[in-house]
Amino acid sequence: MTLKERINAANEEAFRRMAAADPVLVDVAPASQVIPGMRDRLILHSGPPVTWERMCGAQRGAAIGMCLFEGWARDAAEAEGMLARAEIELEPNHHHATVGPMAGTITSNMWVWVVENKSFGNRAYCRQVESFQQFGDHSEAALAALFSWRDTWGPALGQAVRSLGGIPLKPLIARALQMGDEMHNRVVASSSLFANVVAPALAASGLPAEQVQSTLHYAGNHPFLFLGLSMAASKATMDPVRGIESSTVVTAMARNGTDFGIQVSGLDGEWFTAPSPRVHGLLLPGWKEEDAGLDMGDSAITETAGLGGFALGGAPGILAFTGGTAAQALAYSRDMRAIAVGLSPNYLIPALDFEGTAMGIDIRKVVQASLVPVIDTAIAHREMGHGIIGGGLVRPPLECFTRALTRFSEVYSAAREA
Amino acid sequence: MKAVLGELLQGRPVFVNIGVRAFGDTLRQAGFEVVQVDWAPPAGGDPRLAALLDELL
Repeated sequence: MTLKERINAANEEAFRRMAAADPVLVDVAPASQVIPGMRDRLILHSGPPVTWERMCGAQRGAAIGMCLFEGWARDAAEAEGMLARAEIELEPNHHHATVGPMAGTITSNMWVWVVENKSFGNRAYCRQVESFQQFGDHSEAALAALFSWRDTWGPALGQAVRSLGGIPLKPLIARALQMGDEMHNRVVASSSLFANVVAPALAASGLPAEQVQSTLHYAGNHPFLFLGLSMAASKATMDPVRGIESSTVVTAMARNGTDFGIQVSGLDGEWFTAPSPRVHGLLLPGWKEEDAGLDMGDSAITETAGLGGFALGGAPGILAFTGGTAAQALAYSRDMRAIAVGLSPNYLIPALDFEGTAMGIDIRKVVQASLVPVIDTAIAHREMGHGIIGGGLVRPPLECFTRALTRFSEVYSAAREA
Repeated sequence: MKAVLGELLQGRPVFVNIGVRAFGDTLRQAGFEVVQVDWAPPAGGDPRLAALLDELL
């Protein structure tokens, strides 16, 4: 078998595993109880590895917020000192089968969605999505949503999910794609579908009425609730694709506001990074271009799994948040076919005549066409202390893919000659 | 062949423009019909990456 034949066979296997994935929400639980390797005085963050010195302002602000949330520090100054002295460890979510939106920070007492891929038996985790702390705001008001999630909503949702015996996410995602969601920046339909499923179990939970009412209100009115679930489902889908010998399929795209990094199946464990790019889009009133931080978050795991920007053509409603036209959105989704292994048999887009989304990013095709994936995302401030300031579209640096391809050639050409 | 060439030269030509769009735009502005074929050299014309792709893709 030639090297090209081995790569093609490996990529077909990667595609098969992605298509066969069956992500099911099985629990909502504290990170310390479920995330492998989670421990005290550890903050998990989005993107490839980064030190405190190189960390961007928004992610620093979020890390300070987690120190206050955990009670490790009395105020922001004390937290900043602890982080600067490396008294708090920092590790990427992706090294723990986990993903997090924007700064992505997770500590022991942060409750997380627990999603099991029933086809392969692996589990993946994601924290709640909100609009302040994960963008670098560590104020008391910003942390209030984290405390409510820990003390009220997380425990109630966990009990409801367990009482239902789990909630299969694949059918919810498939239906929401046909209701105008793309599963990254637009999760309005899927969040409502999730609220419909979970509401009867919450009502029957026997929990205090105030907690049930608060959780129902949270689940029924949070426009980004399902992003945490689509991210965990995408992570649970992609982890079994890791480590397939000779595969050139991307298994993760993640950013920490300083670096953009990708990982590749046949080069498992390695990161290929380049500076985080600027996001092009729309800013909320009062903000200027120079306020914006660089691209950040693990949420590009949705594009890695063939959702998000890859499904943009079916979600014209998102354009109010990101800018652009419906024709451009359709073109983005069609363009992505040129860099993918195939089309999803599960996730179909009505506006594309019910064809599946492009799925399985092949680094060879990206480099050949000089065409990088399209990602839709939110924008954080470049400095700490602010909530969300906008949203838009972003492209990874091509350099991540050329570096990965060069490394792939070194590893596999050498293996062939040996 | 002669007849075909004759027809081609007598009629109004339709151009096929491959790659750089600006060449086709000029013809279009001059009133000709242009069919655009999107093409770019593999790996943006980088010979080292093109050589890698020869082996891998």
